[in-house]
Amino acid sequence: MKKDTQIKKNPLSLQLDLSSFEKATDEEKFLQQRMRESTTFFKDGMKRLSKNKIAMISLAVITLIVLIAIFVPMFYPYDYGQQLGIVAGQDSDSSYNNLRPFEYGETELKRIEAGEKIFPHIFGTDAHGRDYAIRVIYGTRISLVVGFFASIIVLIIGVIYGSISGYYGGKVDLIMMRIVDIIYSLPDLLMIILLSVVLKQTLTPVIEGTPLGKLGTGMISIFIVFALLYWVSMARLIRGQILSIKQQDYVLNARSIGAKSGHIIRRHMLPNCISVIIISTALQIPSAIFTESFLSFLGLGVAMPMPSLGSLASDALSGIYSYAYRLIIPAITICLIVLSLNLLGDGLRDAFDPKLKK
Amino acid sequence: MDSKLALYIVKRVLLAIFTIFLVITITFFVMKAIPGGPFLSEKSPSAAVTAALQAKYGLDKPIFEQYTTYLTDILHGDFGPSIKNRGRDVADLIAEGFKTSAKIGLIAAGVAIILGLVLGSIAAVFHDKWIDKVIMVGSTACIAMPSFVIATILLLVLCVLLPVFPANGNTAAGLVLPILSLSFYPMSYITRLTRSSMLDVLGQDYIRTARAKGVSPAKVIFKHSLKNAVTPVITYVGPMIAGILTGSLVVEKIFAVPGLGKYFFSSITNRDYPMVMGTTIFLAIIMVIMTLISDILYKIVDPRVDLG
Repeated sequence: MKKDTQIKKNPLSLQLDLSSFEKATDEEKFLQQRMRESTTFFKDGMKRLSKNKIAMISLAVITLIVLIAIFVPMFYPYDYGQQLGIVAGQDSDSSYNNLRPFEYGETELKRIEAGEKIFPHIFGTDAHGRDYAIRVIYGTRISLVVGFFASIIVLIIGVIYGSISGYYGGKVDLIMMRIVDIIYSLPDLLMIILLSVVLKQTLTPVIEGTPLGKLGTGMISIFIVFALLYWVSMARLIRGQILSIKQQDYVLNARSIGAKSGHIIRRHMLPNCISVIIISTALQIPSAIFTESFLSFLGLGVAMPMPSLGSLASDALSGIYSYAYRLIIPAITICLIVLSLNLLGDGLRDAFDPKLKK
Repeated sequence: MDSKLALYIVKRVLLAIFTIFLVITITFFVMKAIPGGPFLSEKSPSAAVTAALQAKYGLDKPIFEQYTTYLTDILHGDFGPSIKNRGRDVADLIAEGFKTSAKIGLIAAGVAIILGLVLGSIAAVFHDKWIDKVIMVGSTACIAMPSFVIATILLLVLCVLLPVFPANGNTAAGLVLPILSLSFYPMSYITRLTRSSMLDVLGQDYIRTARAKGVSPAKVIFKHSLKNAVTPVITYVGPMIAGILTGSLVVEKIFAVPGLGKYFFSSITNRDYPMVMGTTIFLAIIMVIMTLISDILYKIVDPRVDLG
């Protein structure tokens, strides 16, 4: 009876016949074992990055510069705006102006004779008797801050704009991309110069006394212009990425189970263009620093007496025949920052997005 | 010329015209937002004098009327009178300054293109040899230097330490350093661009075929490779001209060259608003046109490029 209930095997059936299989031996089981943890995308990229000697050196240089710019002003005995020759209630002491590196002013020399220890002016002082080393360090801090925040602004606007444009496609995309085309063709530096000229006149009385006033209208206009103009290349990049990711099956899957657009963009699409975002942000920072130093050099950047690398170089230009080092120090600092950020950005690109490698 | 290309050109030209219009509009309204107007900085003239001056420059009319007048004037090549240089037109001053600026800029662009192509090809042909590495290190370093850094270093080395060239840009010899400082950045960029596209081309099958059938190495490089590798450089010409023009604003300041940059900065400090507006718009128009030409040329030279 039992035998009769068993269905007769159809010769064309794909059902497997268990008797034709045998158990795996231990040796074969061993071959199937995972030898090591599977790496994540991020770990894999970091591993590749850590093998890139140039990128690692650049990273070290950048870290060093950032640490100096953050921590040294905290315990440095001089202040960037402090004119050493001017003490309240006394005549100004011109012996502090234009000191050469490791020289001291008159009152300082007397105090040294009296046995006091005085922190040396490593790079001397400037024409107004301000310690030059702290001014360079402070200027570096300003340049880094501008670069960092400008890139953050570009990142946020570019990512939001690009992902909306790429995700919705069609007419929305067409209109949004035409706007990008127009903004892209505006001459950015000229617009920055124009805006900072205007803001200098209009904003100065408004922000006087506030923390923004200390920053100066030049800085504000740099940020405004970055927010208005510089995000377009980031938006283009993100849109391109989103367009290709949109075709992937997992997006279709998410949509079929009723995920909202915002959720799909945030959870599925942006994580998949994170490498492009990291790389272009890393390359955006040096370009912002470039722009800031350019403007400061023209006298449109930070407000006096705050230093920036560009304005230090510009101030040093008039004394180039006698105090050439005052020009060389900020110039080299800018080059070092921009160069190492560029090289690090290239390294990141090679590590996280091998397809982009040229 | 096929219809697709014609359509592309029409589209790009329209976009360029719209961009120029936008620049003029932005410049106009942004400059009008400055409170006080250009006469405020002077030794506070009486109300009657101010009113007379405003009437003379048409500043008492409603803002929209001023705007339309300004637009039509620009269409006729008239940027209005300069407020601080009495009796001079902005257009005249721009023409005067631009003669020098254009000379420096064009020579710098020429130097950058020629040297960039040569260095880039050398680097690609001797790929991974020491000469390639030297060229790459040099160009990477130069790209990290803003034009004012290059200019000041050149000034320091070639004028102060070894007085080879005069520091003043009034004479012909004095123009050498401004030209050099302007050409460094684009030269490095073109070098890198040429090297990577040349490497790409040298790996193609048709190069191997040409070599296999015994074409001389020089002919392979110049005729087969360079011709194909040069197309990406064309797209860079537009941005390069824009970069040289803005860069020359600084470089002219450093070397005291009597070019457009000099007028631009004196007008900013003097609050000569018609001059600031005129210079900005003039430079913007040149940049937009240059980008337009280089984009269109690129599509004509390389028909494989997708016409978006």
